[in-house]
Amino acid sequence: MMLLIPCPWCGPRDEAEFHYGGQAHVAYPENPAALSDEEWARYLFFRDNPKGAFAERWSHSAGCRRWFNALRDTATNEIHAVYRVGEPRPVTS
Amino acid sequence: MRRESGGRVDRSRTLRFRFDGQDYTGHPGDTLASALLAGGVRQVATSVKLGRPRGIFSAGSEEPNAVVQIEEPFPEPMLPATTVELYDGLVASSLPGQGRLATGPDPARYDAVHAHCDVLVVGAGPAGLAAARAAASTGARVILADEQPEPGGGLLGAWPADVVEGLLGAEWATATAAHLKALPEVRVLARTTVFGYYDDNYLVAVERRTNHLGAAAPAHVARERIWRIRARHVVLATGTHERPIAFAGNDLPGVMLAGSARTYLNRYGVLPGRRAVVFTADDSAYAAAFDLADAGVRVAAILDVRPSPGEALAREVAKRGIVLLAGHVVTAAQGDGQVASVQAGRHRPEADPAVAEHAFDADLLLVSGGWNPVVHLFSQSGGRLRFDETLGTLVPGDSRQAVEVAGAARGVDTLSGCLADGAAAGERALGGQAAAAAPPPVDVPTAGGQAFWLVPASDYAAHFVDMQRDVTVADLHRATGAGLRSVEHIKRYTTAGTAHDQGKTSGLLTTAAVAHALGERMGELGITTFRAPYLPVSFAALAGRDRGPLHDPVRVTALHDWHVANGALFENVGHWKRPWYYQRVLADGRLEDMETAVLRECRAAREGVAMMDASTLGKIDVIGPDAGEFLDRLYTNLMSSLAVGSIRYGVMCRPDGMVFDDGTVIRLAEDHFLLTTTTGNAAAVLDWMEEWLQTEWPSLRVYCTSVTEQWATVALVGPRSREVLAGLAPGLAVSTADFPFMTWREAEVAGIPARVCRISFSGELAFEINVTSWEVSRLWTAIMDSGMVTPYGTETMHVLRAEKGYPIVGQDTDGTVTPQDLGMSWVVSKKKADFIGKRSFSRADTVRAGRKQLVGLLPEDPDFLLPEGTQLVSTDVPATVGTVRGGAPPRTVPTLGHVTSSYRSAALGRTFALALVSGGQSRLGERLYAPVGDALVPVTVTSHVLYDPEGTRRDG
Ligand SMILES: [Zn+2]
Repeated sequence: MMLLIPCPWCGPRDEAEFHYGGQAHVAYPENPAALSDEEWARYLFFRDNPKGAFAERWSHSAGCRRWFNALRDTATNEIHAVYRVGEPRPVTS
Repeated sequence: MRRESGGRVDRSRTLRFRFDGQDYTGHPGDTLASALLAGGVRQVATSVKLGRPRGIFSAGSEEPNAVVQIEEPFPEPMLPATTVELYDGLVASSLPGQGRLATGPDPARYDAVHAHCDVLVVGAGPAGLAAARAAASTGARVILADEQPEPGGGLLGAWPADVVEGLLGAEWATATAAHLKALPEVRVLARTTVFGYYDDNYLVAVERRTNHLGAAAPAHVARERIWRIRARHVVLATGTHERPIAFAGNDLPGVMLAGSARTYLNRYGVLPGRRAVVFTADDSAYAAAFDLADAGVRVAAILDVRPSPGEALAREVAKRGIVLLAGHVVTAAQGDGQVASVQAGRHRPEADPAVAEHAFDADLLLVSGGWNPVVHLFSQSGGRLRFDETLGTLVPGDSRQAVEVAGAARGVDTLSGCLADGAAAGERALGGQAAAAAPPPVDVPTAGGQAFWLVPASDYAAHFVDMQRDVTVADLHRATGAGLRSVEHIKRYTTAGTAHDQGKTSGLLTTAAVAHALGERMGELGITTFRAPYLPVSFAALAGRDRGPLHDPVRVTALHDWHVANGALFENVGHWKRPWYYQRVLADGRLEDMETAVLRECRAAREGVAMMDASTLGKIDVIGPDAGEFLDRLYTNLMSSLAVGSIRYGVMCRPDGMVFDDGTVIRLAEDHFLLTTTTGNAAAVLDWMEEWLQTEWPSLRVYCTSVTEQWATVALVGPRSREVLAGLAPGLAVSTADFPFMTWREAEVAGIPARVCRISFSGELAFEINVTSWEVSRLWTAIMDSGMVTPYGTETMHVLRAEKGYPIVGQDTDGTVTPQDLGMSWVVSKKKADFIGKRSFSRADTVRAGRKQLVGLLPEDPDFLLPEGTQLVSTDVPATVGTVRGGAPPRTVPTLGHVTSSYRSAALGRTFALALVSGGQSRLGERLYAPVGDALVPVTVTSHVLYDPEGTRRDG
């Protein structure tokens, strides 16, 4: 609750300025028509729910309005890294 | 009884107050509790379940018993008398465990401050003051918050005679706080309780600014203020709470925590009784006994559960002629409504029930089971707690946040130790590398007690654990007897620890009693979680200024004043106030009712000409070389093929194929579009577009800009709208041939540059005139001046569109509806390779038979208006129509759908509705039933387009 989130563009800002966007790296499929119903359903409905490090999307909606990714520990709320859309998930120990 | 001298109250001034109808007096510096004790009041509450008399048990915010109702100056329920500062004119009454909310509005104001600091110190006792001073000495920004009206903490009650840096403790505290206040970067907040500790060192506190002034509180000063503090580093110097001991009758008025009695004496100059017995498991209660004895209280006996309290103490006891019974316990406190006698017997460590062997007359029974560090905020911070077997209690372990616990709150039990520990914590809080150094471990207390929680007995029905909830050890045994083992479960089963005090005195006692019952060690039972708020906080304080008109932002259009002046009633749509309908004054002077007004407005639109303020429609400007491609991916239909100058209706879906929004797209230039959204979805659609552009399609060269506020829109509707427009825009060719449906033109209307669109949301000939918000008043007035036009509101707009079967996203849809379900397969492109939602239209679930589809409904009684939301059933038992009691058909009848929109139609001369019905398109002509109250109302399923299905009225 009330995280201090380091926007890659604006620096640390209150959580109230951000909008949560769920799991990161769930790309829109290249060719949805080629997918089976099950594969398409996986894209639509299935998300990870780990206890621990989770790569997730945030939008600085009441600030610069940029989307970015964060690696957050879901148990402690610690944000280990933030990175821009399109960049790979950072490796953390 | 008030002493002649001593304590920190101002005897030169007298405050009058009233409690339970009796008049009393006190002094500035008193709490309601200390003034009641001074006035000889023993019972201040009645317990919630058992109706037992309850007195004052403590001297602080841990109070479980003395919960009162403030009656005047403003009613407030459930305040511990130990935390209410006395003021002149206070009227309070005792409570039977439940209070009463005020029935009138609260006239006080409340506000909030956001603050940032390098170091937040919680608690202004010796450790907190030392920490704040050390941190502030380098110029750091420091906030020091303390819940008491004056600084000092334990120096005010427990250590009154101790000298710090050449000053008496309380004077040192005052001087240190004054020194801190004078520093430019330091803020000292008195009467401020930090009650919540959240992530990233975000803490929330409540400052009671004028509560203590009663009726004299100035109206312009906020009564309470919420502080939302982001701190680089936090030092928790939150002190300790004394532990109670469970024995028979431990809830009687006159039973009091020993340290609290000492506080009443030393801080308030009040003797809480005349003849005392002390029951203790540690040394600190001796200090209380000696202070009271020296002040004239007759201390009949000290019962120490420990076998040998030590030579030094024994000498002091003997000097005062006090009977000391080591290895003894209280077997019962007895009395009628308050303590009159205390039974005592030898403690049998084998846990056998103790037997009464002695009896002492006493009106005061002081109890000390030792001390619990106040670890609530530390636990909230995510810090780990550790059960310390020596102290017999929870102590702070480590935390992932930048927080440190100092002084008594981590088990330091001497004044000099607290001062040194606080100063070290304050210094560590500042430095980068120094901060990494862990605090030194606390030595095992030299004067340590024995962890002792409960006097073994054969009957535990009067061994109270949670006095506010009336939970006894016997209740805990019922829980363990039922097989419960987890303290968390037992807490919920018995309600122990769930009252206003959240178990400040009862929490660990509960764990101890459960451990005793199960034959386990306390440390093995686990730890209950501490949650915010530390203290009850009023909703008024949390709401602050965000109530009434400021509760939520209100958006109004540029024409709002005209609407107000012309009889509009308003509907909330998102944050917008939209005219709902315009109420006219009838010939007889009465006001039109809604039904009459809406029928009149609908007739004007269908038969003459009417207009609506449509400015709240969301408008998004989309520009860039890839704008057409972008819109093709967003909308279900093709937008890139739209000609410049033309307009197309479009639907957006989520990837799951469900309708998200709809509106029109107009093409301004090859690379430039303007799209409209539903009023409530404007922000969400812009967010949606930006999300896809940034996260999936960053290569598309497109910019999106909200222009909702810049453009005002007037919808001019009806067969005579062309005539009105022609009169106001002589330069505009308005014939159907020159200005066809779904095109737009630039023109001057009433001399104002305008973009006019031929769009219809009613089926009638209609024009939407867009001008800048600055000039729309002039346009609106010019149209009214034609004398031909009736203004209409959203209700008429809804009726007109529903007659045509146009759905409203969010009213006729609910996130489970596809365009096909709405009968709009025509809006879903077959040509495009992909668009958001396309793949889902071939999922098994979206192609199955029996999906809910949009249909029209005609009640068989043309005057019956179906309530929106009514369920629809098909039933084979028509004989029961109108006779089924309770409105319910047999339980086996499945629900087929529900009514989404329902109106009276002037054009149809009857009521009608739209509904989502399973397999609806194949049920046209079928009779269904709508259970309304006790009746089953028969309705006929029809096409959702009920008015002008051929579209003959579109061109006027
Ligand atoms: Zn930002």
